[in-house]
Amino acid sequence: MDFGFNLSPSSAVELDKVDTSLFRELCRIEPGARTCIGCGSCSATCTASEHSGMSVRKLLLSLQRGKMRDVEKMLTCCMLCGKCTMVCPRGINTRRIILTVCRLYENVEGRI
Amino acid sequence: MIYQGKQKIWSDYQKEIPDNHWFYVRSCIRQSFFPASEHYFLKICRDLLDRDIYESAHHTTCGGIAYHCDTIPQETAMTIVARQFALMTEAGYENLVTSCITSFGNYTEILETWREFPELEARVREHLWKSCRREFRKPVYLAHASDLVYKLRDEIAARARFSLVDKETGEPLKIVEHIGCHYSKMFPHKGVGGAEYPCVLSGMAEAWGGKVIDYPERRHCCGFGFRQYLVKANRGYSMSNTYKKFESMEPYHPDVIITNCPGCPFFLDRWQYVISEQEGKTYGPDGHGIPVLTYEELAGLVLGFDPWDLGLQVHQVGPEPLLDKMGIPYDPSAKYNGLDRKKLMTPGLPAVLKCC
Ligand code: SF4
Ligand code: SF4
Repeated sequence: MDFGFNLSPSSAVELDKVDTSLFRELCRIEPGARTCIGCGSCSATCTASEHSGMSVRKLLLSLQRGKMRDVEKMLTCCMLCGKCTMVCPRGINTRRIILTVCRLYENVEGRI
Repeated sequence: MIYQGKQKIWSDYQKEIPDNHWFYVRSCIRQSFFPASEHYFLKICRDLLDRDIYESAHHTTCGGIAYHCDTIPQETAMTIVARQFALMTEAGYENLVTSCITSFGNYTEILETWREFPELEARVREHLWKSCRREFRKPVYLAHASDLVYKLRDEIAARARFSLVDKETGEPLKIVEHIGCHYSKMFPHKGVGGAEYPCVLSGMAEAWGGKVIDYPERRHCCGFGFRQYLVKANRGYSMSNTYKKFESMEPYHPDVIITNCPGCPFFLDRWQYVISEQEGKTYGPDGHGIPVLTYEELAGLVLGFDPWDLGLQVHQVGPEPLLDKMGIPYDPSAKYNGLDRKKLMTPGLPAVLKCC
């Protein structure tokens, strides 16, 4: 029956079901990834952010939520300029994190 | 955490509820959604438990829905509410009890705003005087009607003819309690148990023999959300919220959902029909839904009032499986009879959801 409206797709993330192995591996290599406070300074300063949606904060969050499509898209947008590393109040080497994720990604099946 | 620490935290969540002498204000929408609930609240509190509860024929809407839909400014809602306070003052009462959670939230928000901005209260007093020559005193106690039933829960239990127990198995019925967002999410200290541990409904359910289910989306909104529902294009959001709750409670096999808000029981009840038509999914056993009752209806059932007098036939999800489990007798042929005991009509049945 058509009621003129439908269920919207759920945006719920079931943490018990998503694959977070990449994030765990990243934290093993770069323990700093765990210390992100999600302040968004990196995204605010990123030149690529406004046009491409690149955001280290979002990248780390997407890795923790297993949203690999979003991670892939963001990785292709970074210019590796390192501005985000300069502003991070936690002193996280965000540029190195991006490079590490790229390297880890080489081993992921079905990557773009 | 040490026990004393827990006790201390819990004491912060307690709310003083006077035992007697209340000025009662009804709800606009509850009277059409659950026509017998308010009548039975008065019947139980006044006639059965001998409390003094007064209502005025001059009471109007509180303006809460219009305010939350952004169709009137808050100052207008405040002047409407000031008039209700004036009616209470004129009747000689100082405790105000509201039937509706939207009203309760609206009244609480207004009283808190006046506390922070006394100049606004002065302006509203002036508006009220100019518009209808009335003056008012603010209520000393403001409660929601479910607070009062919570307070009287043991007196109700003492008079109970039925309990929330499956008569076949002897097991307590599994109860989902859903509390309206405006009860204590805005001002936690105004609700019994605050925003995190509201026990106003779970206290009733347990006092009457049931077992409360703690499921992941227990505190999630029912989905009404005012404009989410009132703008038709947004109704999918409203239903998606409710769907999320049903999916979350489904594995616990609830026997009944109880609520204390006007919107929640309506949407938790009616969306079960829409979800069943759209998705082919039902949440009760054998194609039935999960019955959704107001706390007054549940109190009425426990006290042995006739289910059809309590208005359970106007719910979308049939209450019969619950009545059978509790061992409450009912006459299926009288379901759609009017007060004169003549059949009013027989509604059409849904294609998927089993309703009786
Ligand atoms: S290194 Fe990448 S993410 Fe960081 S500021 Fe530069 S473009 Fe943005
Ligand atoms: S600036 Fe540093 S702490 Fe802030 S969100 Fe980015 S990575 Fe995290």
